[in-house]
Amino acid sequence: MSLIQVTNVHRVYNETDIPVSALKGVNLSIKEGEFTAIVGPSGSGKTTLLNIIGGLDSATDGSLEVAEKNITHLGTNELIDFRLNNIGFVFQAYNLIPVLTAKENVEFIMLLQGWEKNKREQRAMQLLEEVGLKEKVNSKPAQLSGGQQQRVAVARALASHPKFVLADEPTANLDSASTNNLLDIMVELNQREQITFVFSTHDQRVIDRARRVITLEDGQIKSDIHK
Amino acid sequence: MIYLRLAWKNIWRNKRRSFITIASILFAVFFAVFMRSMQLGMYAKMINSVVGSYYGYIQIHSKGYWEEQSLDNTFERSINLEKEIKSTKEVVSCVPRLEGFALLSFDEQVRGVSLTGIDPNEENNFSSLKNKIIKGNYLIQEDKGVLIGEGIAEQLKLKCGDSIALISQGYHAVSAGGKYTIKGIVKLNSSRMNNSTIFMTLGSLQEFYGTGNRISALAINLKEGSNAANVMAAINPKLNVQEYEIMDWTEMLPELVQIIKADSSGGEIMVFILYMVISFGIFGTILMMIAERRYEFGILLSIGMSRLRIITVVLLESIMIALLGVGGGILFSRPFLYYFNANPITLTGKAADTLRKFGFEPEMPTLLDFSIPLTHGSAVMMISLCLSLYSVFSILKLKPLEASKR
Repeated sequence: MSLIQVTNVHRVYNETDIPVSALKGVNLSIKEGEFTAIVGPSGSGKTTLLNIIGGLDSATDGSLEVAEKNITHLGTNELIDFRLNNIGFVFQAYNLIPVLTAKENVEFIMLLQGWEKNKREQRAMQLLEEVGLKEKVNSKPAQLSGGQQQRVAVARALASHPKFVLADEPTANLDSASTNNLLDIMVELNQREQITFVFSTHDQRVIDRARRVITLEDGQIKSDIHK
Repeated sequence: MIYLRLAWKNIWRNKRRSFITIASILFAVFFAVFMRSMQLGMYAKMINSVVGSYYGYIQIHSKGYWEEQSLDNTFERSINLEKEIKSTKEVVSCVPRLEGFALLSFDEQVRGVSLTGIDPNEENNFSSLKNKIIKGNYLIQEDKGVLIGEGIAEQLKLKCGDSIALISQGYHAVSAGGKYTIKGIVKLNSSRMNNSTIFMTLGSLQEFYGTGNRISALAINLKEGSNAANVMAAINPKLNVQEYEIMDWTEMLPELVQIIKADSSGGEIMVFILYMVISFGIFGTILMMIAERRYEFGILLSIGMSRLRIITVVLLESIMIALLGVGGGILFSRPFLYYFNANPITLTGKAADTLRKFGFEPEMPTLLDFSIPLTHGSAVMMISLCLSLYSVFSILKLKPLEASKR
């Protein structure tokens, strides 16, 4: 059973002016528990594909199903709700809320979902411990290194028990040690808890650790390798 | 609660900007409150010096007297009516008066004067007339002497002990005439009254005009802050409406109301300009905040925070900043208001002369009425909230993907 089913997805920008096709009939199926890297040169359409899977952008044509729900034609507010309850995001620039502590940042998503305070705190502490930041729960983003901030972002992405985690170039701003550390955490979570990760990346270290690598070129899937 | 905390923390992310915005609101509220308190304080002083110290906030006359101020339109004095009025809530004093005109003759000089018959004790309680004596003595209950305004004394070179002759037409056109000794000279607030008014006991004037026990008005003073309309409504049932008319000071002194209205408009324009300036300041801050946090809003939308929640946080930030500014402005203004209430600014030169000419004291005390800061504080709050709507619209139009691109 597919967790994410992309069927003949097209994305054309500037449709009325000079049309630019970012995706040209992409078909893709990602199962639960996969650890997938979407790779390709700049302009190949990997970020566009990730945005469409994440409900941040809409396809010009084709359909997208996530957990057997067709989200192709959901409205803006429905998509916000859908993202909150189904997808965890990890961004290249971490994007934590600067005025909140690490624990509060992780709790924030659960708060939006209406979790009780005790359960929120418990889950946030557990996740921060899992990503190795037990000692930094009360630190604000500015007091953390890039690698630590990204680990908080991973904890935040996992907080709401999402169906899958989308990570857009998560290691692009990290040094080698931080990258390896982050990948270790994500691989372990994937293996132990069957959490589905989908990355867009240029980073060979991520590609090396991925169990499935989808290569995009000119808006089309050039290769799809299961390791 | 988390939204409150988040909003509070967000305010202090850019301390300098928040301080500048709060300070601009604070000073706008301070200046608006101070300016209006001083202006309204001056009006209160004007009203008090003309109304409170002579006319009274309410007067009762015989029906039609105010239209045609003739001795024939006077009414029989009723002690019971006075008692009933005095027992009305908010009434501080109620004095009888008989007013008329006469020609004053001294040596070879003749001039028109206004005569006012008073009950010396009650009038002193009402208008502190005794304190206005600058030469001679105040009247006693059965006195046959008169008090004259300082202006009359100067113009006719009169002094205490001099005798003056008064000639007039009395009640029902009888001839009125008499010779009176000047017992004292009074300095009245109004230069018009100072140059024309002569006081004598009510009995003396009734005898002069042959009115018997008739009076032309009952002047009523009220407790500070009382609403004249409410007191009039309370007195009305005690009066025979066929016989009496009851008026408040705004009906009796429409020119004073006009002066205050005209001057007040100037103050309102100044406050409006102040509000405009502060509006641009607040709007600038909102524009900067939206531009600076567009990316962040995009991310929050991406991770699933609804627009309504983002708007709630942003509105809370605006409310908090406005509250800090408004609260600070009100608190900051209070010591100044108290100081200038106790130590009013005294006008000098031509401005003072002009006010004195109209019978006003040339002082500008501040008014401590809390409705002034409340009004201006609320106005600035409303402006802030209205301007915050721009951020609401911006957030509603925000597309997460576009906004989260740096």
